[in-house]
Amino acid sequence: MNSFKKNLLKKRYNAERRFQWYGKIAIGLALSFLAVFMFQIFSKGYSAFQKTWIATEVHYDKELLLIDAESPSKDDLENADYYDVAYKAMTSLDPGLPEEEDRQLIQMVSYKYETEVKDLLLKNPDFLGKIVPIKLTASDDVDQVHKGNYPRDIPEKNRRVNDYQLQIYDMLNERGDILSEFNISFFTSPDSREAELAGIASSFMGTVFSILVCLAFSFPVAVLAAIYLEEFAPKNKFTDFIEVNINNLAAVPSIVFGLLGLGVLLAVFNLPRSTPLVGGITLSLMTLPTIIIAARASLKAVPPSIREAALAMGASNMQTTMHHTVPLSMPGTLSGTIIGLAQALGETAPLILIGMVAFVNTIPGTPVDPAASLPVQIYIWSESAERGFVEKVSACIMVLLAFLILMNLAAQIVRHKFEKKWS
Amino acid sequence: MNLILVTFIILLAFTSYYFGRKKALVIQSSQRLTALPKFYGYYLAAWCAAPALIIFALWSVFEPSIVKTFILQDYTDQNLTKNELQLIYTKVKALAAGTYTGNITNFLDESANKYIQLKGIANSAKVAIILAILIFSLSFAYRSVQKNDRMREPVEIFLKWVLFVASLGAVLVTIGIVFSLLFEAIRFFQAVKIFDFIFGTHWYPAKTFVRDGQPDPELMKDAFGAVPLFAGTFFIAFIAMCVAIPIGLLSGIYLSEYAGRGVRKYAKPIIEILAGIPTVVYGFFAALTVGPFVKEIGNAMGLEVSAESALAAGAVMGVMIIPFISSLSDDVITAVPQNLRDGSYAMGATKSETVKKVIFPAALPGIVGSILLAVSRAVGETMIVVMASGLAANLTMNPLESTSTITAQIVVILIGDQQFGDPKTQSAFALGISLFIVTLFLNVIALSVVKKYREKYE
Repeated sequence: MNSFKKNLLKKRYNAERRFQWYGKIAIGLALSFLAVFMFQIFSKGYSAFQKTWIATEVHYDKELLLIDAESPSKDDLENADYYDVAYKAMTSLDPGLPEEEDRQLIQMVSYKYETEVKDLLLKNPDFLGKIVPIKLTASDDVDQVHKGNYPRDIPEKNRRVNDYQLQIYDMLNERGDILSEFNISFFTSPDSREAELAGIASSFMGTVFSILVCLAFSFPVAVLAAIYLEEFAPKNKFTDFIEVNINNLAAVPSIVFGLLGLGVLLAVFNLPRSTPLVGGITLSLMTLPTIIIAARASLKAVPPSIREAALAMGASNMQTTMHHTVPLSMPGTLSGTIIGLAQALGETAPLILIGMVAFVNTIPGTPVDPAASLPVQIYIWSESAERGFVEKVSACIMVLLAFLILMNLAAQIVRHKFEKKWS
Repeated sequence: MNLILVTFIILLAFTSYYFGRKKALVIQSSQRLTALPKFYGYYLAAWCAAPALIIFALWSVFEPSIVKTFILQDYTDQNLTKNELQLIYTKVKALAAGTYTGNITNFLDESANKYIQLKGIANSAKVAIILAILIFSLSFAYRSVQKNDRMREPVEIFLKWVLFVASLGAVLVTIGIVFSLLFEAIRFFQAVKIFDFIFGTHWYPAKTFVRDGQPDPELMKDAFGAVPLFAGTFFIAFIAMCVAIPIGLLSGIYLSEYAGRGVRKYAKPIIEILAGIPTVVYGFFAALTVGPFVKEIGNAMGLEVSAESALAAGAVMGVMIIPFISSLSDDVITAVPQNLRDGSYAMGATKSETVKKVIFPAALPGIVGSILLAVSRAVGETMIVVMASGLAANLTMNPLESTSTITAQIVVILIGDQQFGDPKTQSAFALGISLFIVTLFLNVIALSVVKKYREKYE
């Protein structure tokens, strides 16, 4: 073999190796995007599952509470004035502070601290007249300082926590009066303008209701439509038209469905705005083609021998379909439905258009109460400037992703566990 | 009221099912049944529920507009515009419901009384008609049960009709989309010339303030030029494709041609996770991490970079689209017949030469189809752009500046409270219909290309 040929061969083998590397690099890049992404979300979000408290003491002084009765009833405690008691509990942290400066101390706890003081007494009426330890929710700025998310070395005027507050924080921290506990209220409380109090309960319920409404509307219609198209439809122009329609509908951008919801459900049918009912119906129109396509595929996968056997035994077409084909196709249909619902679960844009971005600080009890949904909550919080919301967004994303992973797992399990393998 | 009526109809249907089945058992003692006893029940139940529910639905659809025409008859001599009439009707309804707070004129009071009266008549008429239909259809159905007619066929024909109507659901949704978009868009194009919309270069709908109930036509002319939005949409989609096509295509090729079974089994689903992450999450990632990162790099190189750059949004969108291209091109390449490969190897070509010179050209139509589907996906993407690429519509080709897209503008216009009848709100529907047309066009081409490709090899 002469050297020219040898060189050529070498070149060709090098090109081969290079090409393989391009492929490996491409896959590596795709996987590393996912890794970076997950790392960012987790490293930013895990701290939101911890809540910071400031421990102090409160004196339930009868005089300050303005309670006259000797043995006060529940109503007396309910209507007492907690302002001074709560105020004293905070200012006692630094008794030397001049009175006009004490706002700085009050700002270190959440603005609802008075309610927290009240709730503790209502739970333990025998604390009346005693001095008892209490923990108050720290403000989101103190919370962020405690979690180390807040730079302390920038000039004071650029900081939301001033030097004095940092000094108090350090003192409390040294005494062990800054407590970190698992943040239950993130899961049990509704949205709030204050980062330290905001939770996902309202948006979580909104998501659950929307998904249920979506399921109730899309599943029956989609399955019936799939049965018709796969088992009964005559081969003609109209059937073709329906099929083309379904395929195109599956590719329509989700925001167009939002416009449909706005223009038809809200403007023409006058359904209540901002509710999971309208959100669910809008999402159901979007999942309809997904479920139809999945159900048709799984009806198609049922072998003809099943149908022939049933027909041979004298069953009518309808009986063959309803008693044999459809039950056998159900695992595939169900797993397709769950995947369709998981897609709907992550949708944001159509829900924004039908008004599910309204600020809702109550937990919805029915599908016709105003609500947000988890993805919309992510959008709302990420538009907030306050630093405390960044970790809340990441935590909310983690909850949403967990939800999606669960649904996809469920789809896998349904498919593998119940699907019959025909061979 | 409506709820009680529907519940009554459904309960009656259930009762008639049991009644029908029982009747069948009675008939059985004297003559041969024509079908299983339960079909007698289904037959009665279907005759009970279907006609009544259909009439009920039609009634509910048409009643409001009929009542409206009756009420507004009294106002025809006042020469009012359509909007004013609508306003009066809203007032009358509010007054009748007891929620009206404005000042009440005699005329309005009269109308409200008339409205309540009409509603009452309509309600009792509805109940009466539905009861009559129930009695009629049930007695008709019962007579044929008594005569022991064939029972299974009618029930199955009925079920087939139900299935058929369900399959029309998808068509109805499409019709709903087209009409709801067209209806508002046509009204928009009455106020703004379609030429100004398609070829205008200034998009600034906030400028169209309303003076004396009429928007200023001078300002309108220059506020709704959608060219910056069309340009921004395709520009961001282009950036996304610059990221997604090389990575997606190469990983698709690697997965289908080179990767061992183990790598394929794990890498493919993991890459597909990227497609399952909700777009709002990508938006947050783009706004919080990628945007500042791009800005920092740009500033370090001495470039002026906006914090909300088209580049950041486009790049993140590209990452989202990678799995679409990789999975679709993987499928397409796997579908290329093995004998093409074998022929190429037999001629002494290396694997990469085979891929580049034989498989890629053979799979090209399918790959183009999958790229077109991905472009349509990028064009319709909303949340990433809303959160990461700013909301001002700049006509620019600089990836470091912020641009806006059709979808982002729809969200900007419609977030919060909307007023129907305002050209600003209507413009969102005009944008929606242009988006719908563009994506439909891309999809139809892509699907037909892919279909032709499949037919070639299968």
